[in-house]
Amino acid sequence: MSASPSERREAWLFVSPAIATIAAVAIIPMAWTVWESLHLHDLRMPWLGRPFVGADNYLEAFGDERFRDAMARTFAFAAASVSLELVIGLIFALAMSHALRARALIRVLVLMAWAVPTVVAALVWRFMFEGPSGVAGSLLAALGVVDAGFSWFVHPVAAWVPILLADAWKMTPFVALLLLAGLESIDPSLYDAARMDGAGAWRQFREITLPLLRPALLVAVLFRALDAFRVFDVIYVMTGGGPGTSTEPISLYTFTTLLQHLRFGYGSALSVLVFLTTFVLALLYIRLVGRNLLEAKP
Amino acid sequence: MASIALERVSRVFAGGHAGVRDVSLQIPDGELVVLVGPSGSGKSTLLRLIAGLETPTSGRVLIGGRDVTGVPPQQRDLAMVFQSYALYPHKTVRENLAFGLRMRGRPRPEIERRVAEVAAALQIEALLDRRPAQLSGGQRQRVALGRAIAREPQAFLFDEPLSNLDPALRLETRTEIALLHRRLRATMVYVTHDQEEAMKLGERVVLLRDGAVEQVGPPMEIYRRPATLFAARFVGSPPMNILEGRIGAEGGTVSLEALNCSVPLQGHAAGFAAGDGVAVGIRPHDLALVSVPDGDFTGTVDVVEPAGSELHVHLHPEHRPADRLIVVARGDATVRPDTLVGVHIARDRIHLFAR
Amino acid sequence: MSRWVARGAAALVALSAFPLAWMVVASLAPETRLFDAGGVWRGPFVLDHYRALFDQRDFWVPIRNSFIVAGSTTVFAVALGAACAYALARMRFRGRYALLAFVLAVSMFPQISLVAPLYLLLREAGLINTYPGLVLPYLTFAMPLTIWLLVGYFRQLPADLEEAAAIDGAGRLRTLVEIFAPLAWPGIATTAILTFVYCWNEFLFALSFTLGPERHTVPVAIALFRGQYQVPWGQILAAAVVATAPVVLLVIAFQRRITRGLTAGAVKG
Repeated sequence: MSASPSERREAWLFVSPAIATIAAVAIIPMAWTVWESLHLHDLRMPWLGRPFVGADNYLEAFGDERFRDAMARTFAFAAASVSLELVIGLIFALAMSHALRARALIRVLVLMAWAVPTVVAALVWRFMFEGPSGVAGSLLAALGVVDAGFSWFVHPVAAWVPILLADAWKMTPFVALLLLAGLESIDPSLYDAARMDGAGAWRQFREITLPLLRPALLVAVLFRALDAFRVFDVIYVMTGGGPGTSTEPISLYTFTTLLQHLRFGYGSALSVLVFLTTFVLALLYIRLVGRNLLEAKP
Repeated sequence: MASIALERVSRVFAGGHAGVRDVSLQIPDGELVVLVGPSGSGKSTLLRLIAGLETPTSGRVLIGGRDVTGVPPQQRDLAMVFQSYALYPHKTVRENLAFGLRMRGRPRPEIERRVAEVAAALQIEALLDRRPAQLSGGQRQRVALGRAIAREPQAFLFDEPLSNLDPALRLETRTEIALLHRRLRATMVYVTHDQEEAMKLGERVVLLRDGAVEQVGPPMEIYRRPATLFAARFVGSPPMNILEGRIGAEGGTVSLEALNCSVPLQGHAAGFAAGDGVAVGIRPHDLALVSVPDGDFTGTVDVVEPAGSELHVHLHPEHRPADRLIVVARGDATVRPDTLVGVHIARDRIHLFAR
Repeated sequence: MSRWVARGAAALVALSAFPLAWMVVASLAPETRLFDAGGVWRGPFVLDHYRALFDQRDFWVPIRNSFIVAGSTTVFAVALGAACAYALARMRFRGRYALLAFVLAVSMFPQISLVAPLYLLLREAGLINTYPGLVLPYLTFAMPLTIWLLVGYFRQLPADLEEAAAIDGAGRLRTLVEIFAPLAWPGIATTAILTFVYCWNEFLFALSFTLGPERHTVPVAIALFRGQYQVPWGQILAAAVVATAPVVLLVIAFQRRITRGLTAGAVKG
C-alpha cells in the first residue's frame, strides 16, 4: 500500500473519529469485562470489595449446571432456527428469482417482518399462542396436533415452538434476500448450457444452483448462527426463560446474573465465555466475507 | 447429423416486440450456415428457437424431419457454444466435458473414453483437472467446443463464440471451427454480428434485419448481388458507397448528381423506368483512381488510410465537401490529401436500389 | 418444479403477512373479543385500546424517547461512519484491511458482553436513564453497521469522476462536496434508514440502561406493560401497531433501497 505521507495523514484524519468512538464504547468496555471477570464483584455485598480471584469465576461457570444447560439450549436453538430459516429462505429466494411480477409484493411483505421490532414480533406470536383461544393455538388444536386447551407456554419443550416460529418469522427475510442476491449472481447462460446438455429442472438445481449458491449459503448460515446464538429479546419477552429455566438462553442467564443477582464478576466471566464462542464463529465469518468485500472484482 | 428446418417461425415477446417475424429456412444436413445481422435483428433469438431455449409464438421447428416445436432443449440432442462459453465454473474441465454425457446416462467408461478423445483432439489434455477460472479465453473457448463435440449431437449451434476473443485468437479459432466442420461434416448454425466473419465462414449466409430474413445465399452472391440497400450496406468492408441518382431518358444511363456525371448502365435498369430516382451503390473496390482527365468525376482527397496491401482513400466530389466517398487503391499508390484525383467507375459493378 | 416453488412461496407469504394482519385486527377488537379467534374478524372495531394507550399510559413518552435516541444515534453514526468509510474505500494507506477486519470484529461483540462494563461506566458518569446513556451504547453496533454498509456502497461508486476532478485541479474538500456527495447520498440515505430501524428496534441496552417510564423506549415500554389484574393484551397490541408503524412506512417507501443496502455488503458475485 504505497501512499504519500500526506495522504496517509489525511486518511487517518477521516478514520480516527469513528475508530476512537468504537474504541471508547466497545473495545475498552470489552477489555474491562475481561478484567472484571477475574474479580469477585457482587453489588449486593459491597463490603466484600472487589478482590482479584483469577480463574475462579470460570471454574464456577464450568461447574454451573444452569450455565451448561443454557449453553446447550442455545446451541440447539441456533441449529434449529438456522436450519428452518435456510430452507424457508431458499424457497422464498427461488420464488423471488422466478416470479418477477410478484417480486415487489413479496419483497415488501418480507421486509416488513424484518423491520418489525423483535419485541413486537415476540408479543404478537405470544398472543397467537396464548391460552386456549390464541389463534395459532386453537388452530393447531383443531388440526389435532395438540389437545384442545393445551397451554403452550407451560410446557418446557412446546414453549420452544412459538419462540422458533417468532424468530424464523423475523429472520427468514434476511436469509431470503441474501440467497436471492446469490441466486442472481449465477450466470443465466449456465442454465441454458445445462438444458442443452440434457439436465432437467431438478438436476439444474443440484448441479448448478446449489454448488454456486454455496458462498451465499455459508454467509447466511454463519450470519444467522451468530445472531441466533446471541438471542435475547424474543425469549425474554415471550417466556422470560420459562417455564422455570427451560427456555433460558445463555445471554438471558448472563443478563439475570448481572442485573438481577448483581454478580458482576461472575456475570462478566459468563459474558467473556459468550464472547469467545461468538468470536470463533465470527472469525470464520470474517474469513469468508471480509475478503470478498475488499477484493477487487476481476 | 440432421437437417434443420424452420417453417414460418415467429417469436413475439411480452410487450408486443417481435423478435423473429415469419422466418422460413431450410438447412440441409451437414451445412454450415451463418445467421448475420445487426443487434436486434433476431439472429440470437432464432438460434435459441432452434435450440429450444425459447418457444415460437407461431410456426414449426423441425430437426431431422421431426417436429420438435414443443420439445424441450434437453431432448433435442443439439449442442450449443455460447458467447460467454458458459462453462460450469465450479467443475473441472473434465467434468465440464463429461456433463452432457452424464446427463444422458452414458456409462462411465464410455464417458471417460470420449472425454479423453475430445481432449486430445482439441489439445487440452493438460487442462483436464483445472477449473475454468484458471484458463485463458482461448482455452475456455476450446473447452466449450469440446463440451459440444463430446456429445456427438445432431447439430451444432454457435452464439457469437468469437466475440469475447482478441483479434489474433479470433482468427485462429475461426479457422478451427471451419476445420471442425470439414472434419465432422456436421450441421452447424452460426450466429455473428460481424459480416466479415460471416462471409469467411459460411457456406450460406442468412442476413437478418428486424426479425425477418433480408437475403439468403452463398457469401459471394450477397456480396456481388445484394438484394436490398440494407444488404448492400451491411456486407463488404469498407462499406459500399451510396449515391442518389436518376435513370436517364433512354433508360440506358444513370446520372449521379453529386458527382456531376452520368454513367452508362449495363442492362441493370430492370425494374426502373426512365426518370426514376434511384439509390446507386458502388463498392470502394469498384472505383479506381486515375488521372483527372480520364476519370468519370473529379474528387478532392480528404484522408488516406494505409491498410496493408490497400489504401483506403476518403474523398469528396469536387465542390461538394459534404458528400463522402471511399475508394480502395493499391497499397503502393501515391495519393496525398487535399489533391485532386480522377475516379473511374467500373461499369459492370453498379448496383441500383429503389430510393 | 417452479410451479410448486411458486405455490410454496405464496403460502409462505400469506403466513408471513398473517401475524401482522392479526395484530392490527386484534388491536381494534373490543376487550371481550380478543381471544375469540373466529369472532375477531367480524368486528365491531373500536379504538378503545389506542385511546387507553395514549390517555392512560402516556404512550407519547416512549415514542418521543425512541425518536430522539434512534435519531441522534443515526446522525452520529452516519456522520462519523461516512468519513471513516470514505477513507477505507477511497484512500490507500497501510492497515486498511486490518481496520476493516477490526470493524467487522467489533460488530460481532455480543451485546450482553458489553452490558456489565457499560452499566458501571454509565453509572459512574451519572448517565443511567438519560438519552446520552443510550446513544453511547447504541454506537457500539451503529458505528460498525454504518461503516460496513458505506464501505460496501462507496466501493461500488465509480472512481473516475473523482480522478477527473483531481486532474482538473480540485482539492479534496471540493471533490467531496461537489463530486462525491451527490453520488453518495442515496447510499448514505439508505444507511441512515437501516441504522434508524436497528436503533428503533433495539431492546437489551434500552432495558438495561433505563430505569423508568421517563426514558423507556418503545420496545421496553411495550415489553413491560403490566395490567392491574391481567396482561392488557389489547393495549399491548395497539402499542405494537404504533411501534411498528414508522418502520413499516419507511420500508414501504424505501423498499428497493433497503434491499440493496441489506445485501450490499454481504454477498459479492
